[in-house]
Amino acid sequence: MLEMNFRPSRLFSLFTRFAAAPLLLASVFLSGCGGGGDSAEKKVKIGFAQVGAESVWRTANTDSMQSEAKKRGVDLKFSSGEGKQENQIRAIRSFVAQGVDLIILSPIVETGWDPVLKEAKRAGIPVLLMDREIETADESLYAAFIGSDFVEEGRLAAQWMVENVKGEKVNIVELEGTPGSAPAIDRQTGFKEVVDEHSRFTIIESQSANFRRSDGKDLMESLLKLHKKIDVVYAHNDDMALGAIQAIEAAGLKPGKDIVIISIDAIKEAFEAVVAGKINCIVECTPLFGPLAFDMAEKILNGEEYERRVVMKDSVFDQSNAAAAIDSRKY
Amino acid sequence: MSKAMEATVSKKSLRDNPLVWPLAGLALVVAFNLVTGPEFFSVSVRDGHLYGNLVDIFSQGARVMLLALGMTLVIATGGVDLSVGAVMAIGGALCATLVTQLGYGLYLALPLTLLMAGALGFFNGAMVVAGRIQPIIATLILMVAGRGVALLITDSDVVKIQDPAFLYLGKGYILGVPFSLWLVAAVFTVMALLIRKTALGLLIEAVGDNEHASRFSGIEAGRLKLIVYAVCGALAGMAGVLDAASVSAADPMRVGELKELDAIFAVVIGGTALTGGRFLLFGSILGAILLQALTLTLYNAGVPAAVAPVPKAIVIVGVCLLQSDRFRKQISNIIKIGGKAS
Repeated sequence: MLEMNFRPSRLFSLFTRFAAAPLLLASVFLSGCGGGGDSAEKKVKIGFAQVGAESVWRTANTDSMQSEAKKRGVDLKFSSGEGKQENQIRAIRSFVAQGVDLIILSPIVETGWDPVLKEAKRAGIPVLLMDREIETADESLYAAFIGSDFVEEGRLAAQWMVENVKGEKVNIVELEGTPGSAPAIDRQTGFKEVVDEHSRFTIIESQSANFRRSDGKDLMESLLKLHKKIDVVYAHNDDMALGAIQAIEAAGLKPGKDIVIISIDAIKEAFEAVVAGKINCIVECTPLFGPLAFDMAEKILNGEEYERRVVMKDSVFDQSNAAAAIDSRKY
Repeated sequence: MSKAMEATVSKKSLRDNPLVWPLAGLALVVAFNLVTGPEFFSVSVRDGHLYGNLVDIFSQGARVMLLALGMTLVIATGGVDLSVGAVMAIGGALCATLVTQLGYGLYLALPLTLLMAGALGFFNGAMVVAGRIQPIIATLILMVAGRGVALLITDSDVVKIQDPAFLYLGKGYILGVPFSLWLVAAVFTVMALLIRKTALGLLIEAVGDNEHASRFSGIEAGRLKLIVYAVCGALAGMAGVLDAASVSAADPMRVGELKELDAIFAVVIGGTALTGGRFLLFGSILGAILLQALTLTLYNAGVPAAVAPVPKAIVIVGVCLLQSDRFRKQISNIIKIGGKAS
């Protein structure tokens, strides 16, 4: 029985993943010592310092970058920061030492990048910021930024609610992301901005569930007991909304009918929940940066003109259009 | 005369009973809620089961209670297990993958998961015993690597669970009481019986008090530690399964994050010293209840998320300080001096 169910493909992928680490190290080492052994004729080398693998969104983002690099024949040196800035700084230093053509950075935090980015600048390596921005006095330290507009996502969520939720007095409960994180702050700002313009909507409660599913469930369980009338749940990400749905169902209510659910990110599971009628609206925050990021990188490297700040266009999905789009979802 | 002596003796033993302080903390939380919103305590019956904040404290706290029970034993031997959060992630991921993707029945998947989690705990124990690595470092290894293992198991994805038997673990009720609570009660009873009705508890305390001396007196300290770490691992695996069942999904990335700290908190609040030796299983359960009650109280009071850790920390620090003999003596000295001066 054990053998019957065992999947060789999984074992293989396990093996390749384990094998990949030392190989990657070896290649770093070789290219570091070899002194520019450009045997592969002028293959573009790009270093990519990723945040980590903390969510489905992030892994989809990594996959998108890696598959696009493969498609274009770019030599992508990938480094995962595992949520620590020191790791990313070390990765950038090693990219500089290896003499890559361009560095793509998804900064974990906003500050503290100046010294290492100056090193890259001195080496003449342009830096492309992805997904998140940095705080710096010297804007010339990076070539361009490409990312999502979290404030706009919050606005889109609120606009859908204003148009679709009826009622004289609508009580909203907001499930915040990790306190202090950019998406949590911005998605709150954008949402509140629109809600404040419409007096029939009130945010009666705003608490953090740390972008986590089980926290979303636990928090919602409490809020359901605290407030007799909750009309809308607005969650800063899908995971918390999916957790809240479980709490609402456990309380004998129908998510999507008795309580309107709105969330951001649009992972595949949330799509399925929209089709099942349990979530009413999701605002997409696409992680598929690959094609655009490499377009930008090429423009920068070829000295063509490019926009310094590119924001991904996010779409809104509800029962009317989710079913049609669900099959194209990869993550 | 003799009566007076009796009175002081009972007063002293009450103050020295380590359970008093977490209970005092709990009383504080209860008092706060009575003042700010007595509806906190309302329990009703909905869909044939109990429904209310008091039920939530137990059902949501069940995971930390399981972790804390295992952690108590490890801490009693003078060790600590930082890997329980990561083992939770592995437990949830493994059980979910076995059931939903490989089609195992829960009756097979659950024991396999617990066995695996126990083996991971055993690995921790082996590093501590055979490798002579400090427990904090030995278990740190699995804390860091464990999440990667969980990601490997699920192929970096969130596994959705639809198996009704699996979901029952997190959402089911027996006689109107959440299944998770029955589970904790059962685990606690078995552990308490094993520990207090046999010499096991005494042996564990002996190892924690003085490992050398215990070994000279014929206790196999190494084997005992291996067992204790394995039990802690298995309980962490079970907590992971409960977590996955309660939200119908096993998320290898976020499940159990920082839960090791909650477990250690619960144990310490419950009156078990990190230095090892004397331990109190029931105290750890009380500690876990206090933690969860605090969290719910802060939700209820509408304390902003960014500030919420502060009041939580104040209560925890307060309970920990009161548990220290020295601190209590100093305080009572100050009060005495003040009394004399006036």
